[in-house]
Amino acid sequence: MNAADPSRPVGLLAELTHRCPLGCPYCSNPLELDPRQHELDTASWKRVFSEAAAVGILQLHLSGGEPASRRDLVELVAHGAKLGLYSNLITSGIGLTQMLVSKLAEAGLDHVQLSIQDSEPRSADHIAGYKGAFARKLEAASFVTEAGLPLTVNAVIHRANVRRAGAMVELAVRLGARRVEIAHTQYYGWGAKNRGLLMPSREEAEAAIGEVEALKTSLSGTIVIDHVAPDYHARYPKPCMSGWARRTLNVTPSGKVLPCHAAELIPGLEFWNVADHSLDEIWNHSPAFNAFRGDDWMREPCRSCSRKTIDFGGCRCQAFMLTGEARNADPVCHLSPHHHVVETILAEARDDTHPPQPYAYRRLRPSTAVRRERLDISAD
Amino acid sequence: MTDGDASSLSGASRPRLPRGVRLKHDDIRNEWLLLAPERVLKTNAIAVEILKRCTGEKSLDAIVDDLASTFTAERSRVDNDVRALLTELATKRLVDL
Repeated sequence: MNAADPSRPVGLLAELTHRCPLGCPYCSNPLELDPRQHELDTASWKRVFSEAAAVGILQLHLSGGEPASRRDLVELVAHGAKLGLYSNLITSGIGLTQMLVSKLAEAGLDHVQLSIQDSEPRSADHIAGYKGAFARKLEAASFVTEAGLPLTVNAVIHRANVRRAGAMVELAVRLGARRVEIAHTQYYGWGAKNRGLLMPSREEAEAAIGEVEALKTSLSGTIVIDHVAPDYHARYPKPCMSGWARRTLNVTPSGKVLPCHAAELIPGLEFWNVADHSLDEIWNHSPAFNAFRGDDWMREPCRSCSRKTIDFGGCRCQAFMLTGEARNADPVCHLSPHHHVVETILAEARDDTHPPQPYAYRRLRPSTAVRRERLDISAD
Repeated sequence: MTDGDASSLSGASRPRLPRGVRLKHDDIRNEWLLLAPERVLKTNAIAVEILKRCTGEKSLDAIVDDLASTFTAERSRVDNDVRALLTELATKRLVDL
């Protein structure tokens, strides 16, 4: 019974900043991150939110990077609330103080989604590339629940934590979350760069899926589990974004409007910026949004497939990354003539003969920039 | 905590929408929607009338009485509708009982 009026978007993902103290190797941000000086200012974000409400957006996802890196976060939340938008803060928890959380709650924030890297503190800090992150996240969770805000815990599953998928659900219950997202890594941005180090074996992935599905039943009424299965192991592709440019849009820190967070990796697409066009114009007329709307762009086997209105041919970004052509079927689909590419990647994930490599941590610039980012956060 | 059995709901419980779940009339689409974490749920006219009364002030029994008299409907049928909806939403943690 999800609302589905395809002529109007439902959700806006506002990437307020690419600054983030963490370095998670599966981050979905692009490899080319926007520096602080290119970020939209407060007035521009407020105008974007107003345009979003006018075009029919119902939910505002405040993300990044770490949105708490923005000093105008409370003001932005208050503006969203004034417009009647449902606001969701997607945060690492680093930079969230008790004072800030209570101000956000007062400003009308509706919901907080907190990332957790693992249920084992040392492993969690290693994955985040930030010592002490785990402890600070637990503290942030208590600030959220004490402020009376509903909490969702988000955990991305990959090789280093796949055996503790169930333990992370149990951690979310202990933290007072009403909802938990267990999402197997999707390989875009930094996730694609680190794919060889992140992808679990099929056996590990299937064991984790079974464990979490069983918890869905036993914890029903206590916590809602939203489970994103690993698409490389599936028979059919995921209905990526519920179809290109059908329900959501994404505004980057510098104001570029994308149909999905990874869309910039597809060459030849023309994205419009909120500085030059209204969101309404961009949603309806920008070339990137119209590139894969409907099914005129589809090739076989999608074009004549009965599932094309179910999965929309899968993910355009993944089709491009793995086949070199965004209009091809997502090669995760067993009907794709390029499906062997996915099978090869899966076979390599089982090959543990190579010595483990260090992650390519997600960083704005080399390490000096990272130190400055941390100072920015603690100064708030 | 809740369990999934509609008949086991106490008539004295005071259902309410928790923070993070909002009933909203969307003027652009001209329909009532239930907004929740990562979800937008369409609500039919009966559900809207029930949810408007889930403020934490009225008991489940009082809500049923109110609906039965407002819409001159059979009480037992209203009771079933209310319990079915609230049980379903409580399982999804969209209503507190």
